[in-house]
Amino acid sequence: MIPSRLIIEAGKAEQHYWADLWRYRELFYFLSWRDILVRYKQTTIGVLWAVLRPVLTTAVFVFVFGRLAKMPSEGVPYPVLVFAAMLPWQFFSGALTEASNSLIANANMISKIYFPRLIIPASAIIVALTDFLISLLLLAALMVLYRIEPTWRLLLLPVFTGVALLASLGAGLWLAALNVEYRDFRYVLPFFVQFGLYVSPVGFSSSVVPEQWRLLYSLNPMVGVIDGFRWSITGVETVIYWPGMVVSLFLVALLMSSGLWYFRKTERAFADVI
Amino acid sequence: MPDIAIRAEKVGKKYLLRHQQSQTRRYVALRDVLADKARRLFRPRRDGETNPPPSTEEFWALKDVDFEVRQGEVLGVIGRNGAGKSTLLKLLSRITEPTTGRIEMAGRVASLLEVGTGFHPELTGRENIFLNGAILGMSRLEIKARFDEIVAFAEVEKFLDTPVKRYSSGMYVRLAFAVAAHLQPEVLIVDEVLAVGDTEFQKKCIGRMQTVAQNEGRTVLFVSHNLQTIRQLCERVLLLQHGRVAFVGEPHAGITGYLNQGGTGFSNAIDLHTYPRQMSPEGGRLISITFLDEQGQPAIRLPATSSLQVEVRFRAERPLKRLDIPMAVTHAEGMRVFSETYSDQFSKADVNPGDYMLRFTLPLRFLKLESYFLTVALIEDGRACDQVDGLPLPEIFDEQADPHLESHRWGVVRIPVEWQPLESSAPAVTIQPAP
Repeated sequence: MIPSRLIIEAGKAEQHYWADLWRYRELFYFLSWRDILVRYKQTTIGVLWAVLRPVLTTAVFVFVFGRLAKMPSEGVPYPVLVFAAMLPWQFFSGALTEASNSLIANANMISKIYFPRLIIPASAIIVALTDFLISLLLLAALMVLYRIEPTWRLLLLPVFTGVALLASLGAGLWLAALNVEYRDFRYVLPFFVQFGLYVSPVGFSSSVVPEQWRLLYSLNPMVGVIDGFRWSITGVETVIYWPGMVVSLFLVALLMSSGLWYFRKTERAFADVI
Repeated sequence: MPDIAIRAEKVGKKYLLRHQQSQTRRYVALRDVLADKARRLFRPRRDGETNPPPSTEEFWALKDVDFEVRQGEVLGVIGRNGAGKSTLLKLLSRITEPTTGRIEMAGRVASLLEVGTGFHPELTGRENIFLNGAILGMSRLEIKARFDEIVAFAEVEKFLDTPVKRYSSGMYVRLAFAVAAHLQPEVLIVDEVLAVGDTEFQKKCIGRMQTVAQNEGRTVLFVSHNLQTIRQLCERVLLLQHGRVAFVGEPHAGITGYLNQGGTGFSNAIDLHTYPRQMSPEGGRLISITFLDEQGQPAIRLPATSSLQVEVRFRAERPLKRLDIPMAVTHAEGMRVFSETYSDQFSKADVNPGDYMLRFTLPLRFLKLESYFLTVALIEDGRACDQVDGLPLPEIFDEQADPHLESHRWGVVRIPVEWQPLESSAPAVTIQPAP
């Protein structure tokens, strides 16, 4: 077999990009596998952490928003209401954090070996996705406990998960690329994530937001995702605010495509500046 | 008909150097970018402003580099620190892209810029083999097929399921190299890996590289400061100097050129102004180092029976108290051989600002016919002002030496032993056990 010739030319690193991405799919698989393996090594309760974190946060939120603030729950048991939102939120924030720091964490690989850099933030998100899948079991348990019958809407859960994934990947690409040059974003991110938890309708239903503000509120792409989760999990009681959903979806698409654009634009200089 | 495996045409790589920044800062803080923008916005620059915005300077790490490598050839890349070797390898392995020019390569390229890249300390040896293989571009099937070979080569059978953070550094390096050595790329790029591991393992590595090149027809680019290994392995060498190709061709001539480098042809002074250092000089600065033979002529190759004269020029930028000037010799394999210092013989000097020269003579009969590197430092009252490492000593030769014997000598130095001529002796008394 005649080996294919590889041509490196100034300013033309682009042309093999997507083909290379496909060629390096095993690396993507291995990096995700590594991060998953390593995540809970040398912890005594191991993967239980994936369950414990959302449970504890949910408990606090149920207490604060449900018991103390007595927020309306639209007939859904408050723990279910919060947990249905906590799942996508923790997935989003975890994936975003992992993806943003992924390039810096793998700096030595980037400065020593060639591969499409997109693999690194993408595989970082897979780790958050596994945590998400594990805590999904807990959701099932909760649904049984509160006797919530699954409807056909549950089938759309993967779609909303996909939207959350794209949102975190899009924002993650931006932050990961910016982080390479400006480490400031490393310090901005934890604040941003914490802020987002309260701004997003995690502890309360988004219906408490006054009608005239809802479209504006939907500028937060996680609003659409969280509403979608509640809608598909809890069944008929909650109503989706469709204009907001469209805005959210549109923003996710924008975030993803602009993130990809910026990442690709800055990618070739990563090894020089990281 | 030898095929061309790599063809580089007019390849250049430009970096922008930022001035007005401390050397230790590795990345830009957004704050500075914003502050700078704001400053320009609110205070348009007037003529004669004392504080100009940070300026950038172009620096060509590589310029107009042209060369070809044939299929199955082992090409040695040599040059001083900062000559552009690493940049060249980074371009070839596609880590960064060239600013100008074009490189054409036949097939898959794998680089060993540093062994063990991507190794995760928490993972076991077995897991790391798969991970590292994938990072280096092997498919899972390929790794599976070569797994046993890799393990045998690395000699880590017993520790396969131990996290590599518990490995000794030797085991770690062996495993890392083993994975890389079993790659099947058309072009293999190796950088300085042989500086690690024990001698036995180094021999294995060299053997492996030869097999890769000769039997499997793969092309190897080998970067090393170890001239002995370069000579042993490479069919041709590429000598880089200040980012340009100074020489391509037969190893001996290339190595001679390398050892002779830094001079303008007339003197053999190595200019230390831009020589890379671990620390930036403070108070005193080494300016140049010159190697001379016994006749005071610039030395490139020296007979093992002679001695080497070294002239060190330095500048005291302020008065230096209790100045001492140590020198040390390192073997090409990285072992520190010995060090001596000015104060071994004279008392430490108090010097006024100005330029100084120090001469010392190094008898070569204590060294083997191998490559050595010199370190020189300026120490003020126990604190280092300046230090340069890795200056290659002139090549040491001995026409009478038996190459086989030389390659079997132990250690990194020679201590001339006084032998007495062979003589016959009285028959040995055999002691009988008592009945």
